[in-house]
Amino acid sequence: MRERSLRQVAMVCCLAGFALLVGGCKKQVGAAPPAPTPAPAAAQPTVTINASTTSINPGDAVTLTWSSTDATDLSIAPGVGRVAPSGTTTVTPAQSTTYQAIANGPGGSATASVRITVAAAAAEAPPAAAPGMDELFRQNVQDAYFDFNKSDLRADARSALTRTAEFLRSYPQLKVSIEGHCDERGSTEYNLGLGERRAQAARDFLVQLGISTDRMTTVSYGKEQPFCTQSNETCWQQNRRAHFVRAQ
Amino acid sequence: MANMKAKMESRTIIQNAMRAAILFAALVAVLGVAQPAAAQDWFKTGTGLGVAKARLAVADFGAADATAKPLETTFHNVLWNDLEYSGIVELVSPSFYPASVPTQPGQLHPTDWSAAPANAFMLAFGSLDIQGTSLAANANLFDVRSPTGAAVLQKIYRGAATDGDARKLAHQFADDIIARLSGGLPGIASTQIAFVSNRGGNKEIWLMDYDGANQHQLTHVGTISLTPRWSPDDTRIAFTCFAPYQKTVSAQICLYSTESNRLISFPRYKGTNSAPAWSPDGSKLSFMSSAMGDQGIVVTDGDGSHMRRLTLTKSVSTSPVWNPKTGNQIIFVSDRGGEPVLYQMNADGSNIERIAMPDMGYVVDPSWSPNGQLLAFAWRRPSGNFDLYIMDIVSRSLVELTRDAGRNERPSWAPDGRHLVFESTRTGTRQIWTMLADGSEPKQLTFSGLNESPNWSPK
Repeated sequence: MRERSLRQVAMVCCLAGFALLVGGCKKQVGAAPPAPTPAPAAAQPTVTINASTTSINPGDAVTLTWSSTDATDLSIAPGVGRVAPSGTTTVTPAQSTTYQAIANGPGGSATASVRITVAAAAAEAPPAAAPGMDELFRQNVQDAYFDFNKSDLRADARSALTRTAEFLRSYPQLKVSIEGHCDERGSTEYNLGLGERRAQAARDFLVQLGISTDRMTTVSYGKEQPFCTQSNETCWQQNRRAHFVRAQ
Repeated sequence: MANMKAKMESRTIIQNAMRAAILFAALVAVLGVAQPAAAQDWFKTGTGLGVAKARLAVADFGAADATAKPLETTFHNVLWNDLEYSGIVELVSPSFYPASVPTQPGQLHPTDWSAAPANAFMLAFGSLDIQGTSLAANANLFDVRSPTGAAVLQKIYRGAATDGDARKLAHQFADDIIARLSGGLPGIASTQIAFVSNRGGNKEIWLMDYDGANQHQLTHVGTISLTPRWSPDDTRIAFTCFAPYQKTVSAQICLYSTESNRLISFPRYKGTNSAPAWSPDGSKLSFMSSAMGDQGIVVTDGDGSHMRRLTLTKSVSTSPVWNPKTGNQIIFVSDRGGEPVLYQMNADGSNIERIAMPDMGYVVDPSWSPNGQLLAFAWRRPSGNFDLYIMDIVSRSLVELTRDAGRNERPSWAPDGRHLVFESTRTGTRQIWTMLADGSEPKQLTFSGLNESPNWSPK
């Protein structure tokens, strides 16, 4: 009885080893060996970050609130640095900024981010009856959105730009910077080129509608300044755009 | 398609066999057949080709006194890691070493090392001496299979009595050992890696030793800096920088001198300028620029003057790399056919030809191996992730290096042509890794912040 069960165990081990050898080899070929795994007890860190408001005027302060789990090292960039596992701090960004919290721990690392948009001009919040130029700009100037890997204008982008052109015609003193943005797919280098084509496509359409080229500059940020950082189509679409910023 | 897949599989089986000949024998026995056709797809990187690597023992270096002891520990650890990571020697476990360890040639008993259980072919040994503030490593490499012991290498390495210099001397000794035992391969233990990190808040250019030590920030541009590229003579790094100028900002080419440790001037061009690449003699730079029209490849002199346009289509062409051996061809990324994929042209812009791939998808981030024979790149196939591949440029045969381990992008060759540095998200965040050019021995070099776009120094 005892001897038989031992034999069974040996047999099973043998077969398992054999299966591992064959199966393992066929499947894993070519793949990089897995990353060094952390000790079993170490859990993957998590981190969240929120802002009291995501849209401010210059000089306004925003409270960042964060919390994390399983992190031994937590930092917030730019400008905040290393912080406690959870807490709050006040920041006063002079320009639109994406704050990113990076958590590192024995179980790996995680990031979360929040973007604070700062209105371009130093105008005080406009009275409700007579909205200021920044408010008007926000209400009337519409960004153009693009398909994956494309820089030609869709129908919705044309109608958005047509409305933008009407507004720019009504305020001939306004100048704009058109920023080309891309989603996270594709290489950094290729996206810098693609982003510029998007900004130029928007500019060229506005030129056709009679807006003078010397009122517009273009710049490509590629995938360097995303509006959101999730890896899904909703976010990717948000990032594939020509974005209008009021210039001085 | 099916045929391609089968071929890929047979190739990768062979690749695995490169790592372990015994496993290969087992596979042949198990599968019954080894496809003869696959033998033509044999892929040589010089990695793990022989199973009979030199068995090398590395003795603790004698420390002259207590102050030298911490430096000896650093020296030994760095030397051991360098030799292990070179992939060309088999290190003998210290548990097999004899009780008495020589620190100078007169004390060596070769048979103690060549006999079982050590069975060493070679022994590295010596001593560290501190004289005031200077450090000397008296280093020896002996063939212990010769009954009297034959000196292969005897050299004194000198530096300051600091941990940093103990590390440097160990790298130099490791490179000399590797050159002797590999028949002249350039060692990489003294090389550096430039990369982009956001640890200081903005994306700036950083430097580190090839093993991840000494990570430090190089530039302080204060905006966004991307795509560092070493000049072939090691004295400058060209990169993409976002430089504000008269109320506007745009991507420009920046130059940093690693000799004078400051930015040196480079002309500002209209539009977006990015992804610089040096010609092998360092006399020219190629990069993407929209200064002369569409987003195409241009070439300038090394100081940025005399811009000429090489590509002329209404599309994006970027990420140029020169054939490092001849300087006569440039491979680049272009979306002229729809998706961004690889193209090859002569360095004057003539004879543009698409590099055909057996599947669809983004093909980006080309890096040309130092011997001119192989191209490493990132490929996002329709089904999946970004993974790294190597192509033999003449036969166009492919080897997949990464799979099912996050996004893997931006490979860059080490000067030995046997290692690659790249960026990967396999731990959850973007970090810098190295591996052997057959995909084995991945090693993480960065751990804090987000790190990307590594470029291996040419020496």
